[in-house]
Amino acid sequence: MASAQLRLERIGKRFGEVVALDNVSLAVEQGELVTILGPSGSGKTTLLKVVAGFETPDHGSVKVDGAEIARLPPAKRDIGMVFQHYALFPHLNVRKNVAFPLEMRNTDKREIDRRVTDALDLVELAGYDERLPSQLSGGQQQRVALARAIVFSPRLLLLDEPFGALDRKLRETLQLEVRRLQQRLGLTTIFITHDQEEALVLSDRIAVMSKGAIQQIATRAEIYERPVNDFVADFVGESNIFHGAFSAQNTVTLDNGRVLQVKRDAAPGKRLGVLMRPERFSATGDNVFAGDVLEAIYLGASFKLRLRCEPGIELLVRQPARGKLPMVGERLTIGIDAGELHLFDL
Amino acid sequence: MSRSAGFAPALPALILLSFIFIFPVARFLSFSVEAGHFDWYAQALGKQLYLRVLWDTFEIAALVTLFCLLLGYPLGFLIATTTPLWATVGFVFVLLPLWTSVLVRTYAWMVLLGRNGVLNRLLIDAGAVTSPLPLLHNFTGVLIGMVHVLLPYMVLLIYGAVRRLDPAIVQAAQGLGASTWQIIWRIYVPLTMNGIFAGCVIVFVLSLGFFITPALLGGGRVIMIAVLIEQQVRETLNWPFAAALSAVLLAATLLVYALAQRFGREEPAS
Amino acid sequence: MSGRKFLVAACTLIYFFLMLPLLVVFPISISSAPYMQFPPPGFSWQWYERYFADPQWMDATIRSLQIGLATAVLALLLGVPLSFALVRGKFPARQLLDRLTMAPIVVPTIIFSVAIYGLFAKMKLIGEWYGLALAHTVLALPFVVLVMIAGLRDFDRALELAAEGLGASRGQTLRRITLPILRPSLISAGLLAFISSFDEVVVALFLAGARMTLPKKMFDNILMEIDPTIAAVSVMQILLVAIVLFLIGRFGRGLSAAAR
Repeated sequence: MASAQLRLERIGKRFGEVVALDNVSLAVEQGELVTILGPSGSGKTTLLKVVAGFETPDHGSVKVDGAEIARLPPAKRDIGMVFQHYALFPHLNVRKNVAFPLEMRNTDKREIDRRVTDALDLVELAGYDERLPSQLSGGQQQRVALARAIVFSPRLLLLDEPFGALDRKLRETLQLEVRRLQQRLGLTTIFITHDQEEALVLSDRIAVMSKGAIQQIATRAEIYERPVNDFVADFVGESNIFHGAFSAQNTVTLDNGRVLQVKRDAAPGKRLGVLMRPERFSATGDNVFAGDVLEAIYLGASFKLRLRCEPGIELLVRQPARGKLPMVGERLTIGIDAGELHLFDL
Repeated sequence: MSRSAGFAPALPALILLSFIFIFPVARFLSFSVEAGHFDWYAQALGKQLYLRVLWDTFEIAALVTLFCLLLGYPLGFLIATTTPLWATVGFVFVLLPLWTSVLVRTYAWMVLLGRNGVLNRLLIDAGAVTSPLPLLHNFTGVLIGMVHVLLPYMVLLIYGAVRRLDPAIVQAAQGLGASTWQIIWRIYVPLTMNGIFAGCVIVFVLSLGFFITPALLGGGRVIMIAVLIEQQVRETLNWPFAAALSAVLLAATLLVYALAQRFGREEPAS
Repeated sequence: MSGRKFLVAACTLIYFFLMLPLLVVFPISISSAPYMQFPPPGFSWQWYERYFADPQWMDATIRSLQIGLATAVLALLLGVPLSFALVRGKFPARQLLDRLTMAPIVVPTIIFSVAIYGLFAKMKLIGEWYGLALAHTVLALPFVVLVMIAGLRDFDRALELAAEGLGASRGQTLRRITLPILRPSLISAGLLAFISSFDEVVVALFLAGARMTLPKKMFDNILMEIDPTIAAVSVMQILLVAIVLFLIGRFGRGLSAAAR
């Protein structure tokens, strides 16, 4: 069965007073991996449950390859899902866990054996057939969950913060494995996470969610370099965000008085947000800041510095680690070019 | 689609309970109001003889509860605060008597407490007493027997309450210099009060309705209300009176539970 | 910490008190004396022989086993769905249903026994084993529910969601996932129901009629103080409980959770 295209149109869901999903629309193309990124309470898990069929939306439509599935029970949707805590059946061994969806579809025994073996090979767990979930490590359990979710060639793959319980190194390994697997199978995938680094590693596109609505959906580069509002700018990557207004041609005056040279132009008085990514600073530039070092952290490959410049401006700066780490209290001068500033409407 | 179960799965059980429990009990209790008058209640609660039975029943229940508490607290406490291995052993020795048939236990007490029984034999042989102690077919025997039957319930409930106590509190007290005795009185007892309370309520209520033990160990001299009810049905065939007595017993039981609900609300902070 | 030692010593005495009756019946059951005598003068299997040779005792035992089994099966068949409804149901009268389920424990057994006796006498069900099984089921139901509820509370519902997402119908999920995982609780509940029926005296006294259950026969025997065959029966009953406890420990789910 080939992978499908998913269309969510104006999905709304309330739980009593709380609006979990606020007219959310999303299009996921065939073979694409979209990450839904957001803090807890943003509605991302609810959205996933709507797609999987565990929640029914109050209004809106869910279309897979053009067919409306909002009324279908989860069992009939042909969607593979990987849960946060794996949800492996504790009383069945690895092989039986992975075989389960095929048995539910009355697949012939030989076929089941073949496909389970293939799936276990894909996730590099060949030979673990007889083990029980309790005998596996966290990473291995997650791989079994993955194998189980794809063995029946689903049209969509959904992953609900699957790596939350694992340590960093393991997480990184599995992230890459999932990505490779997904691309190899060409499987349309939605991945939920609150970890923005994870989102940046995995996705074709990222949908940033907050308070039940998608704030921005775009490619990784777009999201990082051209966020459309405070929330996205702040949530993804480290940031220095200020608000101000246009005061003259190519000039913005920040709320605290500081004047900046920018590349864009607009009518004076137009309010906007200014984003300066910490790694975009250099020794000098169109805009210069002088400040005292409040914090200096050595991170191996880079320095992370916090500078207090004029009142109302504290800057987070990342520099490649060259020379000595600046000392606390030291006075530093840094600059940033007009073209390195990102502006967004308020 | 509904994730939660509906009411339907409960239906078969509900039908059974309705026909085999609610209906028979209601039907039986209704006998007490014969031809619309409450005479049988007047007799049950009015005549000296029957008031005596009620009083005795309450008295025994209270004493049994007291002894169960005194014996049960240390035991529940010990099992809850010892190593898992010993805790299992402790449990086995509580569950084994608990599930052993009441009959077996009562019979064993008859063997133990009789004039020629084990206990008296040992005491006489050891020279502690000159003539056998009257331990059977009287108040004492019934008391002993009932405490034995109900003690495990108290132990289990105390165990639960002690387990729920945050061990950090005890450690803090120890660190502050409290002696074992002080810790028991000032920390454990107050904070496990709801377990104590629950245990006492259960034991008291069960004692009220006891039949087997007073029937066998009382030798006809200890009439608790359940024994009286049985007599009225079996021998005297006075169903309405038995129903009135039963209604009184049930009312007393429900009253105790209701009071327990009212006063047993607070779960201690842990 | 002498406080602790004192506690252990006191508890040992209390345990002794608890186990004493159980221990006492053992020597009596192998006594060679023709009547109740302690200490027993000699060793003999006579009482056990009496028990196995007597058709009345055997009949009573078999009846008790039969009724116990029926009770266990029926209590599970009714109690397990009931537990699901109580834990997961969202209907208005749920608290009421909960109270009702526990009612057989709250209402003194003597009242229930007399009441059911009255009803069954009218329906000519006295002496019928299935009548007794029904009554015992009512008494066993609360215990089954208590054990199952404890098991359901600890059950991870994500497993059911996963099963459904993988294509299982509700029925398949129940059969292949939920119940197998709940098996330890089911075993505990079933054994509990069985033993509660097997030992039950009060209801049996009223309902058993001419063909008795084991406890009823024991009761009559004790009342009439016939002979120490009772002791032999008691020993076997204790052993049965020990076996059941072992089975629960091995295959069932910890009952300490259900104890409160």
